[in-house]
Formats: sequence, structure tokens, C-alpha cells
Amino acid sequence: MAVETDVVIVGAGPIGLFAVFELGLLDLKTHLVDILDRPGGQCTELYPEKPIYDIPGLPIVTGQELTDRLMEQIKPFGATFHLGQMATALEKLPDGRWKLKTDADTEVVAHAIVVAAGGGSFVPKRPPIAGIEDYEGKSVFYAVRKMENFRGKNILIAGGGDSALDWTLNLAPLANSLTLVHHRDGFRANQHSVNQMRELVDQGKIKFQVASVKALHGAGGKLEAVTLLNHDKTEAHLACDTFLPFFGLTMKLGPIAEFGLNLHENLIPVDTEKFESPTPGIFAIGDINTYPGKLKLILSGFHEAALMAQAAFHIARPNEKLRFQYTTSSSSLQKKLGVA
Amino acid sequence: MKIVATDRKGEVHTVEGRDGWSVMEILRDAGLPIAAECGGACACATCHVYVTDGWYEKLKPPSDAEIDMLDMALAVEPNSRLSCQITCAPELDGIKVTVAPE
Repeated sequence: MAVETDVVIVGAGPIGLFAVFELGLLDLKTHLVDILDRPGGQCTELYPEKPIYDIPGLPIVTGQELTDRLMEQIKPFGATFHLGQMATALEKLPDGRWKLKTDADTEVVAHAIVVAAGGGSFVPKRPPIAGIEDYEGKSVFYAVRKMENFRGKNILIAGGGDSALDWTLNLAPLANSLTLVHHRDGFRANQHSVNQMRELVDQGKIKFQVASVKALHGAGGKLEAVTLLNHDKTEAHLACDTFLPFFGLTMKLGPIAEFGLNLHENLIPVDTEKFESPTPGIFAIGDINTYPGKLKLILSGFHEAALMAQAAFHIARPNEKLRFQYTTSSSSLQKKLGVA
Repeated sequence: MKIVATDRKGEVHTVEGRDGWSVMEILRDAGLPIAAECGGACACATCHVYVTDGWYEKLKPPSDAEIDMLDMALAVEPNSRLSCQITCAPELDGIKVTVAPE
């Protein structure tokens, strides 16, 4: 059963969040969809602790702080978040509205769609090993959903970050055998986890090898062994039936590419009055759009959100007059913000 | 200064560097397939290159932050660097890099 709202925003990065604010001032209700499990997009996923210096009025702010402040700023508008979900399909309804579906079977019907998807969805990095896609979902997994599925397996884990270490520790008691490989004898992970991993190695419960995975061997998606390339360039054969590579996330456009938005080099062309795509009712703001003179800056996205909201209002409320007001002087805006 | 960059197809591009700019910025602006998702903050490992022909040893060693971030890169080799962390300078004239696989 689909839920109804005024506007669905695809992407809960800084621009998607600020769009909630601008739409909210115009009394438009919003739902957001994001593949990450928390808001902030690149700001929280890639550089939560890095300072940003070009946000007007904030001489220095980290990605996490900016996200926290935006969340505080949009709180009065009660947007609904669908996190950990990928927008997968967009359909035009006979009444002129849009229905957006996600991979978690969420369905939202809205008057307008705002694509604020930045560089695309964050998806796991796929190691450059020939034929790896044939094994994905059968023997190669980029995430552990149910630990029980890995009981009794001969597991190979690759990577040196927290995910690689955490899953090494969590799966070691269940696995028949477990080998961790990493390209160096050093880790960026939590030191306590690293110590625990080394203890398990000393106790002979798991193996650690400085190596990278060069080739996969098996048939029909069933992994039987891998070829490891050791640090000294020698090769080794390792029998295993499960391979878990943990190399973090990268951005891929994903199903948005199939939304019929006339993409130009993975960007959505928009006008600079409404930031609307060639498909009426679908807007694109932030890093995902392109127009003459486009600058990929957070501040540009904020501006785009404000103009988009004016245009979205006319679609969602065709019979109402839009009155432009300032938050400094309008008591009705201040009431919406909960400060009057 | 010049940067000699080999792309993923093996094509060699000679591009003009600018003192104080990162090698990532020069390669990206020259249209080489450098994703640089984080914009040069040493936070994503998508500007990974191999520094070849003896040039690796001439660079300032990578910072701890870069070494950590290289853990998130794929196909890491002993001469792997993040190109956002290499700053163009006259003494690097002719530096040779190869864009790492995606």
C-alpha cells in the first residue's frame, strides 16, 4: 500500500535535507529515500570529520556537524526517512502524480520527485577480479545479513578496515576455517579488534596472510578455491567456499539511470529557473544535475533547492497562490518553524 | 612541470601540472578517468594511481591518513599512492603515474 505525500526526495545528503526545509516553508510534506542507513550522504559517509570551509556563515564545519545542523533545522517539518533503501523504479500515475518504489518495497506517491542523489548510490566496491560477478550472491558477499548462513563455511575475508576485522571476529567461531588477507601487515581498524584478531591467529583459530586475491576458481557460482598473490609475488592456492571482500563503498548511479531523465554523462540536465529535468515534475538538485556554469558546491545545491521548491509548490498546489515570505518577518513561517 | 599519465586503456597522456595543485586535480581536469569522489580530502581512495619508473621513491612518503585510506583501494601495489595527496612541484617534472583499475 503506497503512502501519499507532496514531494519525494531521492537522497538524504545536505541538499536533500535542505530541500525538506525549503519545501516545508511552503507547507509541502516530504519523504526521503537514501541507500545509506543515516542521513548526510557524502558528508557523513566520506568525510564526517573533515572540515568544510565554504558554507556561508559557517567559517569551519565538519561533514557530520553540517548534517547534524541541517537535521536540527528541518526537524519542525517532520519529514519521513526511508533509510537503507535504494530508489528502484519511478512510475507516472494516471492522475499525474508519481509513484516511487524502493528495493525494500516502500511505495510513495507524490506530486513531484526531487533527485538529490549526488554522485549516486553508495554501493560496495567490487575487487577487480575476473569473473567475480558470477559468484556474487552465491559465494561472494559484500555484506553479512545473516551470520547463520556462514556456519561451517571455509571463509576468506579481504580488507583491512573495521568491516573486515569485525566480520573476521564475528564469523571465526562459526566458520569451519577462516583466512583474512590484506595487502599489508597493518590495519586502519579499531586497535582492540586488531589485537583480538592477532590473538585468534596465535591460537591457530584463524589465519592471516599479507596477500591479495588474484583469481577465483569454481563453477556455476560455487567457489572452490582462490589464487592468492603473496607480498613476495609468489602465488598460493587456498581452498575456500565463501569470499567476503570489504573495501568500503563507492558511488554508482544505479536505477536512476533508468528513470528516463535524458542523462548527460550520468548527470541530469536541468533549467536554471526551476531546476526541473526535461520530464515535468521531476527535479534534480545538487551534484547530480548539470547546467551551463554548474559548480559542484553545497552552497549551489542550497540555492537550487530554494528555487525548486517554488516550482514544486505550483505542481502540488495548482490552485493556491504562492506568497513569498521571509523567515525574519513572517509570523506564519515562524509558527511553522516552532519559534513564534 | 609535466605529468605523464597512463590511463586504463594503456594510452599515455602528457599533461601540464600546476605548482601547488594536486596531481589528482590535474589528471581529472585533463579528462582522465579519476573519480575522486571525495574531492581530494583523502577520504575515498578513488584517485588511486601507481607511481612508476623510480618516481615513487622521489615523493614525500605517504601520511598515516593516506596509508589508512589506501586500505580501501583495490589492487594496491607497493607503488600505490592517492593522487590527491601528491602535490605538483618543479622537482616532480616528468613524474610517471598509471591510473589504477576501478
